[in-house]
Amino acid sequence: MYDIKELYEAESVRDAIRLRLEHPEAQIIAGGSDVLVQMREGKRAGKELISIYTLDELRGVCLDMEDNLRIGSLTSFSHLTKHPLIRQHINVLGEAVDMVGGPQIRNIGTIGGNTCNGVTSADSASTLHAYEALIELTGAEGVRRVPIKDFYLGAGKVDIRPDEIQTAILIPKASYENTCGYYYKYAMRNAMDIATTGCSVNVRLSPDKQTFERVRVAFGVAGPVPMRAPGAEAAAGGQPVSAETAEAFGLAVVGDINPRDSWRASKAFRQHVAVEMARRCLVESVKRCGGELK
Amino acid sequence: MGNVGKSVTRIDAFDKVTGRAKYTDDLCDKSALVIKIVHSTIAHGHVKKVDIAEAEAVPGVVKVFTCFDVPDIPFPTAGHPWSTEESHQDTADRKLLNAHVRYHGDEVAAVVAENEVAAAQAVRLVKVDYEELPFVLDPQEAMKEGAPQIQEDFPGNVLKHTSINNGNYEEAIKEPGLICVDKWYDTATVQHCHIENHIVFAQGENGRLVITSSTQIPHIVRRTVGQALGMPWGKIRIIKPYIGGGFGNKQDTLYEPLAAWVSQQLGGRLVKLDCTREETFVSNRVRHAIRSHIVSWLRPDGTFVARKLEAFSDQGAYASHGHSIVAKGMGCFPQMYPCPNIQADAYTVYTNKAVSGAMRGYGIPQAMFAVESHTDDICKALNMDPEGFRRKNIMPVGFKDGFSKNENYYDSFGQCADKAMAYMDYRNKYEAYKNQTGPIRKGIGLSYFWYNTGVWPISLEHSSCRMVMNQDGSMQLQVAETEIGQGADTAYAQMGADAVGIKDYRDVHVVSSQDTDVTPFGLGAYASRQTYVCGFSIRQTGEILKNKILAYAHELTRMPVDTLDVVDSNIVRKTDSRVLMPLSELCTEAFYSLSHSEHLTAESTYQIKSNAYSFGCCIAEVEVDIPLCKAQVTKIINVHDCGSLINPALAEAQVHGGMSMGIGYGMSEQLLFDPKTGKALNDNLLDYKLSTFMDHPHLEAQFVENAEPTSPYGTKALGEPPACPVAPAIRNAILNATGVAIDKLPLNPHVLFERFSEEGLINDPWREVKAHV
Amino acid sequence: MKDQFRLIEFNLNGKDVAKMVDCRASLTDMLRDDYRMTSVKKGCEVGECGACNVIIDGECYNSCIYLAVWAKGKKIRTLESLLGPNGELSDIQQAFIDETAVQCGFCTPGFIMTAIEILETGKEYSDDELRKQLSGHLCRCTGYENILRAVKKTMYKRLGKPMPTAT
Repeated sequence: MYDIKELYEAESVRDAIRLRLEHPEAQIIAGGSDVLVQMREGKRAGKELISIYTLDELRGVCLDMEDNLRIGSLTSFSHLTKHPLIRQHINVLGEAVDMVGGPQIRNIGTIGGNTCNGVTSADSASTLHAYEALIELTGAEGVRRVPIKDFYLGAGKVDIRPDEIQTAILIPKASYENTCGYYYKYAMRNAMDIATTGCSVNVRLSPDKQTFERVRVAFGVAGPVPMRAPGAEAAAGGQPVSAETAEAFGLAVVGDINPRDSWRASKAFRQHVAVEMARRCLVESVKRCGGELK
Repeated sequence: MGNVGKSVTRIDAFDKVTGRAKYTDDLCDKSALVIKIVHSTIAHGHVKKVDIAEAEAVPGVVKVFTCFDVPDIPFPTAGHPWSTEESHQDTADRKLLNAHVRYHGDEVAAVVAENEVAAAQAVRLVKVDYEELPFVLDPQEAMKEGAPQIQEDFPGNVLKHTSINNGNYEEAIKEPGLICVDKWYDTATVQHCHIENHIVFAQGENGRLVITSSTQIPHIVRRTVGQALGMPWGKIRIIKPYIGGGFGNKQDTLYEPLAAWVSQQLGGRLVKLDCTREETFVSNRVRHAIRSHIVSWLRPDGTFVARKLEAFSDQGAYASHGHSIVAKGMGCFPQMYPCPNIQADAYTVYTNKAVSGAMRGYGIPQAMFAVESHTDDICKALNMDPEGFRRKNIMPVGFKDGFSKNENYYDSFGQCADKAMAYMDYRNKYEAYKNQTGPIRKGIGLSYFWYNTGVWPISLEHSSCRMVMNQDGSMQLQVAETEIGQGADTAYAQMGADAVGIKDYRDVHVVSSQDTDVTPFGLGAYASRQTYVCGFSIRQTGEILKNKILAYAHELTRMPVDTLDVVDSNIVRKTDSRVLMPLSELCTEAFYSLSHSEHLTAESTYQIKSNAYSFGCCIAEVEVDIPLCKAQVTKIINVHDCGSLINPALAEAQVHGGMSMGIGYGMSEQLLFDPKTGKALNDNLLDYKLSTFMDHPHLEAQFVENAEPTSPYGTKALGEPPACPVAPAIRNAILNATGVAIDKLPLNPHVLFERFSEEGLINDPWREVKAHV
Repeated sequence: MKDQFRLIEFNLNGKDVAKMVDCRASLTDMLRDDYRMTSVKKGCEVGECGACNVIIDGECYNSCIYLAVWAKGKKIRTLESLLGPNGELSDIQQAFIDETAVQCGFCTPGFIMTAIEILETGKEYSDDELRKQLSGHLCRCTGYENILRAVKKTMYKRLGKPMPTAT
């Protein structure tokens, strides 16, 4: 039994917005795998909740008019992984969220919940950053889209206005087109874990597969929020597809990231594995593009 | 005959796969009031004042009890047999709720409410004023002068210090030309993580207290509840249903006394205390972290001349099982690798941490990590083969321990190692993996383990058994040794059937639930004792019952008793094997006979004054990813000589579970405490890294079956031993793979990163690395 | 709280039911307290152990972190649904018995329900895939070894294929 003060069950997105305005103190609950846990811990005990979990209109994946991928915010991790459009265009995202917790968590957990938490360890977040995802928020005034890097305001803080709920996540065509990616989750066990550090890389190779046309990399738990590594991207972009480039790419990560010391892992440890992870993710991404490292 | 030794289906399996088996919470009436505990939020101090006004005002709250309300009776909690000798009794150092709080998580107050939400709200509203005291988290720090004083009766925080001195260590090390290996080994604080948390409910009944609890030791808990409440022990009744695992945590008195006392204060109302997972981690029991210092002096040919051990055992805030754990570890030191000159000291030291108690292996996993890691370190120093060195130095056949009178009857170590080496292709791999380069390396490692069976002669060992025949020739069997998941009930049914002559073990109805009003007195599940000790009482009681059956058969058949036997549920004339009548016919007659009606029953106690060694080994193969600082167990085997197997399938399953626990102990598990506050940092199943389904390779379990001569069924310890050798085998495999000796558990990436950096296996150009000293 | 108790209609183990449920209740609370489904166990109450696992509309969920009110309109299956009309065990339950995959039994119901979800896909999975699909459950007794064997044997039996011998 949860210490819930009031539970408001939204019947539509519009209804959810109304409830948000009527109950400014209330917390939105999607799948609840974080909110309910925090409530039990006492952190959110005695709070009002607005449940949007039953809003099936927020589930599913499609291509919009411009061929951007549109992922409904309540799409569960397991559905995302299985979805043909995800597998076709941005398989690495499906793979990344397939490493969240265990199968049951992947059935209840939603991509919207994962991003709205604003936590740096979210398995979806680094890939979404590396693909420059847009967050779609729907409020009383209508819809706005925010680049994911701006959506994250700080640890546990995201840009959702008092009348809004997150309704979708978009991956622009320009971002996913002609790319292959790889996500490495560094965790202390192989299931039911949160990332010590997560690294997501995606690359676009030249037609002859000799040159990196574009390289993107983002990390979870390398700073207070998920972050790109621009220095590393610059170190590899335009460079030949080679082991040296991969090496330089990895080393450049150190200058970009800012992990901290915590009981979960030391800063030095996180830096060390981030470099190695970035290098390996780049190598794997190249292989997936059909390239070969010289 | 012929039930023992077969892989028969466990008798509780049907109920468990249908969800029907009743555990404590399933039996508690929904009208129960809920107890929630207010835990200390500081590591050490005195409670000055508890303000319960707001908490008591929460609708649904019935009562709030504080540390100032409870009886001033310190009580012991260890699940040991009581001793009538005062000097041998467990330390009584805690009360139901404590005004002197000694760890972050100590019990300060208890809220009773009509529902869990009200109780949780009230817990948050109880305001506790503390006078904070300095705290200490490390046992060696706690032994220093000026360290915070944790228990009033134990100045210097040493709960107990014992020594072993054989020969003359100081003289022996003067021999010229000796090689000295001197190292420290650290094990981590870990928790049992049975999936069912401890839970208890209590209510009054006719002036007594009836307590249903998830415990391994109902009869012992009856005594400790009586002690804690200052009540005659007969006024307490403990019921133990199926439990969702225990592993030693429930071999301790946990919250039974508090629940019983709260019920008593409320006129015997039904109250339930259901631990959260977080409470299980911090406020139940943990495994002692033990730091061991071993110094070995050897001749260049690999013979031991003298050895020294110092072991510092982290007790946490209260005594619980206390010194018994490290003492057991120290006890095996002179036996496992006999050496003429031994100097050993073990210290059990209070710290301001979670309370350490019994956990599967009882000090031996810690000891094996130190001893068997050290064995490989010796081999490295001497450039000797670890397997050959062990064979040369391990306890020889015929070795007899002076204290326990245990005898090593067989070459169990060698036979187990042979089996394990054959399965793993050990020799070839060990050589092949010796001098690798490159980022990904493989390694293979070996560890033996020492174990024994039960607690004799340190404490009482006995078992009582009751057998009651039914009309149809089936039988109820009761013992106080408890089913906690290991399959004990099934083993009892198999042994009981054979003892009486019942054809099918399914005709032996083991009364699984213990009830101290009904179950014969006995001690419970611990020390890998149950199959061994129950073997004696089941065999003896079976004979008594069989004699009664045969006497009755004599009346019915007129055949001389000594020509009769019960075989496969028939009365048989031994002289010509003729079946005279089915046992069922005899029993029905005995029930309803108008001339001589008798309920055929038997009950007896057998006091055991023997003990049995139980040995074996583990070999583990690992793959180490050096740049990522990750090791993974890729192949593993345990081989055990636990005597004749009563049920091979159940025995194998026990070994799997122990190996899994051993892998967790070796690779990932560690309860962490914040050095700044003493608070546990990872008191949940997400942050505490219990092995998942994806963290194991196939677990191979094999046996060597040398019948134990002291046991009527040839059996000896198996419950705990599988957890003992795994961590050092993995550690030695990493040594084989990388040349890096890691002397600290768990062997997780943090530790590998630290050690690989120190040894120069990894080198971050942007970071200055301190050289290993 | 306003309308603390809400009427929900759902299908439990093949039967349509309706219940006034406390909207603060988890699905575990409702199944255990209102329907006495003792197969639904509490091990952590935060979705980390899998002991409370049930199948909702064909997918496995930890019922401890699933609000009871969300059950509205859903098909919920617990272990209690697996017995045949004459009380016979399902193949997977029998396999858990035969393979000694049961020890303390506390994680068993949750595991069996995940096994059901796996088996009902009708697909063949590798050991690694099975391990991954079963990885939402913690077990401290078995080392997972015999559980894997029970699921694997049943999978091959249902597929009508011989089980490959271990390598």
